[in-house]
Amino acid sequence: METLEKVLTPEEQFQARIDADIRIEPKDWMPDAYRKTLIRQISQHAHSELVGMLPEGNWITRAPSLKRKSILLAKVQDEAGHGLYLYSAAETLGTTRDQMLADLHSGKAKYSSIFNYPTLSWADMGCVGWLVDGAAILNQVPLCRTSYGPYARAMVRVCKEESFHQRQGFEVMQTLCEGAPVQKEMAQEALNRWWWPTLMMFGPKDADSPNTAQSMNWRIKRFTNDELRQKFVDMMVPQAEFLGLTVPDPLVKWNEERQAYDFGEVNWDEFWAVVKGNGLCNHERLQARVQAHEEGAWVREAANAHAAKRAAREAVVA
Amino acid sequence: MNQSEWPLWEVFIRSKQGLDHKHVGSLHAADATMAVQNARDVYTRRLEGVSIWVVESKHIHASNPDDSEAFFDPAADKVYRHPTFYEVPNSIKHM
Repeated sequence: METLEKVLTPEEQFQARIDADIRIEPKDWMPDAYRKTLIRQISQHAHSELVGMLPEGNWITRAPSLKRKSILLAKVQDEAGHGLYLYSAAETLGTTRDQMLADLHSGKAKYSSIFNYPTLSWADMGCVGWLVDGAAILNQVPLCRTSYGPYARAMVRVCKEESFHQRQGFEVMQTLCEGAPVQKEMAQEALNRWWWPTLMMFGPKDADSPNTAQSMNWRIKRFTNDELRQKFVDMMVPQAEFLGLTVPDPLVKWNEERQAYDFGEVNWDEFWAVVKGNGLCNHERLQARVQAHEEGAWVREAANAHAAKRAAREAVVA
Repeated sequence: MNQSEWPLWEVFIRSKQGLDHKHVGSLHAADATMAVQNARDVYTRRLEGVSIWVVESKHIHASNPDDSEAFFDPAADKVYRHPTFYEVPNSIKHM
């Protein structure tokens, strides 16, 4: 046994641990490509939380009641928190917060394309919670068992908090759907705009996703993009029916044989256009993010100066 | 201070009176006071804690995972340290 283990390369030992479902921790040996993939995925995930605050922040001052405003504030605060959990997890892999933010601000790093769509009406806040967070949860729940320990632990925390996000969104939709006809129309109109972009959140088709196989092999990912997309449709179509809304896809139909819904093809040209920076709000989102960061520079500097002054004073006293 | 990034802190939270402080994650802050306040906002938004410790990450010293086999080896062959090592006759109660 001893001698057998000695002939395994570090890569083979690493893969054996992964296959045995033993979590990888920050100081453990790992292949460079595993480290790079994780840094890219976790930081991209963190950026999505940060940029995800922007379309909702847009509605905090216009929420229809104090209750809705409080809920929305709490949700946006959670997203800031989720971003921080994730940045911390990424930092355990050897990157820095400054580097990650620089990559986001220069446009080198990506974030979820869904946030490059505008939030035009209050019903969009319902759709963002119900559909977008619903899709995010489907992506995130399997990540609680992802092979890298700090990422998995951050995701457990995120998932615990995220379910309130989806429920409040559903409640917004339900309230609109039970309201006046004009409110229900608003809900339907928002669903029409958000349905397809939400399906795009699961990423390209498996056939066009060259990294999926490696990520599954490393147990970073547990399900493929298409598997999750199918799960999402199966989950959401009955919920839309409950609300009395129609999913904007004439091909949606229950398939008795597959025990799943058939549905139409995502517009992949649109998907790639938004990924490449040509969505409706790409420019605006990035600009808002950079502006917030630059305008906060003096706060970061002042806090450093204050800490240095206090440390100096304490040194004198001691 | 020419580095713009605030130092990294590890956060430990006591979830309720009587339990240990447990590591929950890390965050950046300019000093300890700010680290405690940020830890409150980041890690206890839903009453997850009654007490917070923060330690600057650079002060944590850890065992080396590459040595862990040899390092923890002394405990591996001492099954007699566990109560299950001993056979207790069936008629003996309360042991």
